[in-house]
Amino acid sequence: MKYMLLMQFSTAGTDFPSIDTWTPDEVRAHIAFMGEVNDKLTAAGEWVDAQGLGGPQQARIVRAGEGGTPVVTEGPFAETKEFLAGYWIVDCDSPQRAVELAAYISTAPGPGGRPLNMPIEVHPVMSAPTEEL
Amino acid sequence: MTTDPHLEDLLRELAPQVLGVLARRFGDFATAEDAVQEALLAAVTQWPADGLPANPRGWLIQVGYRRMIELIRGEQARRRREDLVARRDPDDRQYAPAADEELTAERDDALVLLFMCCHPALAPASAVALTLRAVGGLTTAEIARAFLVPEATMAQRISRAKQRIRSSGLPFRMPEEAERADRLAAVRQVLYLIFTEGHTSTAGPALRRVDLAAEAIRLTRALHTRLPDDSETAGLLALLLLTEARSPARTGPSGELISLADQDRSRWDAAAIAEGVALVTRALPRGPVGPYQVQAAIAALHDEASSTKATDWPQILALYEVLERLAGTPVVALNRAVATAMVHGAAAGLTALDALGDDPRLAGHHRLAAARAHLHEMAGDRQRAIEDYRAAAARTSSLPEQRYLTMRAARLASGPPDGPASAEAPHRPDVP
Repeated sequence: MKYMLLMQFSTAGTDFPSIDTWTPDEVRAHIAFMGEVNDKLTAAGEWVDAQGLGGPQQARIVRAGEGGTPVVTEGPFAETKEFLAGYWIVDCDSPQRAVELAAYISTAPGPGGRPLNMPIEVHPVMSAPTEEL
Repeated sequence: MTTDPHLEDLLRELAPQVLGVLARRFGDFATAEDAVQEALLAAVTQWPADGLPANPRGWLIQVGYRRMIELIRGEQARRRREDLVARRDPDDRQYAPAADEELTAERDDALVLLFMCCHPALAPASAVALTLRAVGGLTTAEIARAFLVPEATMAQRISRAKQRIRSSGLPFRMPEEAERADRLAAVRQVLYLIFTEGHTSTAGPALRRVDLAAEAIRLTRALHTRLPDDSETAGLLALLLLTEARSPARTGPSGELISLADQDRSRWDAAAIAEGVALVTRALPRGPVGPYQVQAAIAALHDEASSTKATDWPQILALYEVLERLAGTPVVALNRAVATAMVHGAAAGLTALDALGDDPRLAGHHRLAAARAHLHEMAGDRQRAIEDYRAAAARTSSLPEQRYLTMRAARLASGPPDGPASAEAPHRPDVP
């Protein structure tokens, strides 16, 4: 079963201190951890895709205007303050395993090397066959 | 591999045979699998240039055999095996197996391979991948495409499965008589899984994407040929044929699911139905009767009927009751409730469904909501049907099923009620 794990948190810095306030070593440790996540997923034969996304300053909201012409609004997303920092798509054996992976990603290190325990959203990808229980 | 399709088919047919010979001779399935892959690669690069050898199978065995020895020698950690090889003098051709040797062992080889690949120690996804590669002779790239994952991920999955088999120290031979029935049941389940994945797949037609349903039927047919007296294997083959026979009518022009009640039955595959019916008819009286035979018998009753109305529902209900005793799963209970509705009316069906709501495996499951929706619709309770269709649509992880359920809710919500047909037949998606 495929799942999309979303690293989505508030731009308000309520989940953890914003990464631009960390020390270089703290940032490095965080990046190293993300590399490890990908290595582990690859070794387990569960890796499908993973990408980090540009920050709210680079993100745009697009709607079709008159005659289908794009109407572009800049972020950050004032209404929700939520921002999508990155995602993984994994192919694993059970929903429990997807939750386990999300919890592991959530422990990514932050200030002082402490786990951030950041929120990770787990979304099933609509790829399940219509199967018997 | 982008090769001539005829060559590819030939290699697919030969690969498991060569693997069987090498695995049996060296008693090391995982290494033999590597050696076979290299022999196949050699064939793909050399045959188009040098022409087909007079004995392709013998050629592959020779090359695989030599590679096998190199691989084993290269494994410093496996000295014990090296001793075994050293006694063999591999450079002397007469020790390499002749292409036509031990033909009797071959029948067993294919079975042993299946037992190996479907070992209960492997997760279902791993067993499926390994079976498709080692027995089906598919390339890792083809399997990866079929499951829509990167090739490297699939390669890793297969390699881990082989490691697992290696570390569990399984000998390459038939399982003991005592555990053979269980192991055979595991094999059937893996074949059924491969079929389900293919039969219900709606992913876009990628370049030369393998037809997994056809592959599952091919592998099951081979198993049935080797075990013609195993009634449950015959039942599985019948079930797959009878289910796949409906596939041309199962989806509409834009890939939308069409329920059994609404399918154009003239588009069903009559030859596959005839073969499936003959198989299950022969298997049932022979016994022992297992769940696949019963499901095949149910599928046969659907396939032989000219319409939903003309379907022998009392017989189907009786078969679901048998199936519940044999292998009672929540889905079987659901289907029995739907059959109850067809025989005794929607109210009786809904009562049967209510009794299932306490099962934690079903509570909140989209199948329960979908079945309720169908029966409410049958009973003419439009509002409840709409609510349940929507609830089911919100819970399923299958895109075609979600669209189907959403569409039914939308149709009920927006229009005049459908014709009388819908009051007589439950509109359930046609799934195996």
